Amino acid sequence: MLPEYIVFGLTGIGLFVIGLRAALVQAAALARILAINVAGTGIFLVFVTLAYRGHDAAPDPVPHALVLTGIVVAVSATALALALVRRLPATPGEDGDD
Amino acid sequence: MTNLLVWPVLVPLLGGLATLLAPRLANPLGLACSLATLGAAAALVVVFADQGPMILALGGWAPGLGIALRADGLSVALLAMSSLVGLAAGVYATGYFADPDVRGRFWSLWLLLSAALHALLLSGDLFNLYVTLELLALVAVALTALGGGRAALEAALRYLTIGLLGSLVFLLGVTLLYAGYGTLDLVGLAGALRPEPVAWVALSLLTVGLLIKSALFPLHFWLPPAHANAPAPVSAVLSALVVKAAFYMVLRLWFDVFDPALTQAAANLLGVLGGAAVLWGSWRALRAERLKLLAAYSTVAQLGYLFMFLPLLLALPPGPSRDVAFGALVLLALSHGFAKSALFLGAGVIQQRAGHDRIADLGGTARALPVTTFVLALAGVALIGLPPSGTFLAKWQLLASAIETGQWLWLPIVGIGTLLAGAYCFRVLGHAFGPSDRVGAALAVGGEEIPALLLAITATVVLGLGAAGLWEFLALGTAFDGGSR
Repeated sequence: MLPEYIVFGLTGIGLFVIGLRAALVQAAALARILAINVAGTGIFLVFVTLAYRGHDAAPDPVPHALVLTGIVVAVSATALALALVRRLPATPGEDGDD
Repeated sequence: MTNLLVWPVLVPLLGGLATLLAPRLANPLGLACSLATLGAAAALVVVFADQGPMILALGGWAPGLGIALRADGLSVALLAMSSLVGLAAGVYATGYFADPDVRGRFWSLWLLLSAALHALLLSGDLFNLYVTLELLALVAVALTALGGGRAALEAALRYLTIGLLGSLVFLLGVTLLYAGYGTLDLVGLAGALRPEPVAWVALSLLTVGLLIKSALFPLHFWLPPAHANAPAPVSAVLSALVVKAAFYMVLRLWFDVFDPALTQAAANLLGVLGGAAVLWGSWRALRAERLKLLAAYSTVAQLGYLFMFLPLLLALPPGPSRDVAFGALVLLALSHGFAKSALFLGAGVIQQRAGHDRIADLGGTARALPVTTFVLALAGVALIGLPPSGTFLAKWQLLASAIETGQWLWLPIVGIGTLLAGAYCFRVLGHAFGPSDRVGAALAVGGEEIPALLLAITATVVLGLGAAGLWEFLALGTAFDGGSR
C-alpha cells in the first residue's frame, strides 16, 4: 500500500494531465474553461499534499496560503472567461455595437 | 529609503480604484496618477543610481516567510520605460475614447495593469511573480476586449485561455521547486539550487509557461489577433510592455536563480526558436494587409531577437563580456518598447482620421498627417536597427557576441531579419507617400500625434545617444544574487 501523500500527489498530477489534455483538445470554449479548472485543481492538490509533514506534526502553512491565493486567482480568471463567453453570441460580426 | 519601492505599485493601484469609483473624473485622475507613477519611477532611478540595489521586506517579515520587493538595474530600467510609455499612451487615450464609460473603464484597467506590471518587476518571490503575472494577464485580457467588437472578444478569449494554460504550467514548476527546496524566495532558491532532475524539470515547466506568455515562436499564434484587434493605446501597451514582462521573468529565473542548472543545449533551443520567430514574424509583417497586424507580427519578430541573446549570454564567461551583451539585450528591449508603442499610437491616429488602417490604402497619408508619417518612419528606423537608434547598437553587440562565441548561425538570421524589417517599414512608407484620390486633406498637427512622436524620438535618438549610461546603470549590481544588502 502506497503512503497516502503519494496517492494524493499522483492524483493531483493525474488531474493536471487530464485537464491539460482536454484544454488542448476541446474546441468548445466552455469545455476548455472547465478543463483548465480541472488542471488547476490538480496543481492545488499537489500543493496541499506538500504541506503534509507526518501524522503527528502540524502541516506546513505556506502551501495552504499559496493554494488559497491560487484559488482566488483561478476563480477570477474563470469569471472573466465566462463573462467573455457570454458576451460572444450577442456581439455582431463587424461593428462593436451591442 | 527602500520604502520608495512601494510607490510605483501603490500609486497606480490606488488610482485604478479611484477611477473605478469616479469614472467621470477618469481623465484628470488617470493622468495625475500616471504622472505620479512616473515621478515615483524617476525617484527610484535617482536613488538607485546613487545607492545601488534595494530590498524591502514587506511588513517587516523576513524573506522566506514574508515577501520581499527587490530592485536592481534591470527592473528599474524596465520600470522607468513602463511609466514613460504608460504616460504617453494615457495622454493619447484621453482623446481616443469618445465614450466616457469606455474611457473610465480604460483608465481603471490601465492603472491596475501598471500596478501589476510594476509589482512583477519588483517581486523577489516566485509565488508573488506568479500572482502578478496572472493579474497582468487578466487585466490585459479585459483591456483587449475593451473595443467590444466580435474579433476583439474572440481574440481576448483566446488570449485568456492560452495565458491560463501557460500560467498553470508555470505554477506546476513553482510547486516542484517548493517540494524540492522548501522556499520560493528567489535569493533563497538561488542559494539552494543544484544541477539535479528536480531543478531541470522545474526550469522546463517554468520556461514553457513563460514562453507561451511571451509569445515565442511557435507559441505566438495568440498574439497577432489580440494585439491587432485591441484599441490602439491598449495595443501599444500590450506590445511594448506586457509581453516583455514574461521575457523579464525568463531572464530573471535563468540568470539569477537557475544559473547552476543551465545547459547550453537548452539556451540554444530557445535561440533557434527566437531565430525562427525573427524570420517568420518579419515575413508575416511584410505580408500583413493592416498596419496594426504588421506591428503585431513585428513584435513577434523583435521578441525573437531578445531570445537569440540567451545562448550568447550563456556561452560568454560571467564578467565584462557577458555584461556588455546583457546591456545590449536590455537596450533592445527598451528601444523596441518605445518604438512599438509609437508605431501603434501612430496607427491609431491613422485609423481614427482615415477610418481604416489598410496599408494598401494609405495613399495621401504623408500629406494629410505629416507628423504621424514621420512617427512611422522614426519607429521604422528603430525597428530596422538603423543608426542612431538603440536597436542599432544592440544588434551590433548581438553580432559581435555571436562572432566572439563562434555561434555563426545568428549572423545570417540577423541579416535576413533586418532586411525584412526594412522591407516592411518601407512598404508602409511607400504607400503613405503615394498619391491619394481624396482632395482637400488638411495639413495640420493634431495634439494626439504628440505622444507618439515623443516615444519615437526616445527610441531612435535618446536611447541611441544615451545608451552608454544604461550599461553603467546595469553595472550597479543586483539585488537578486543574495550577495548585496
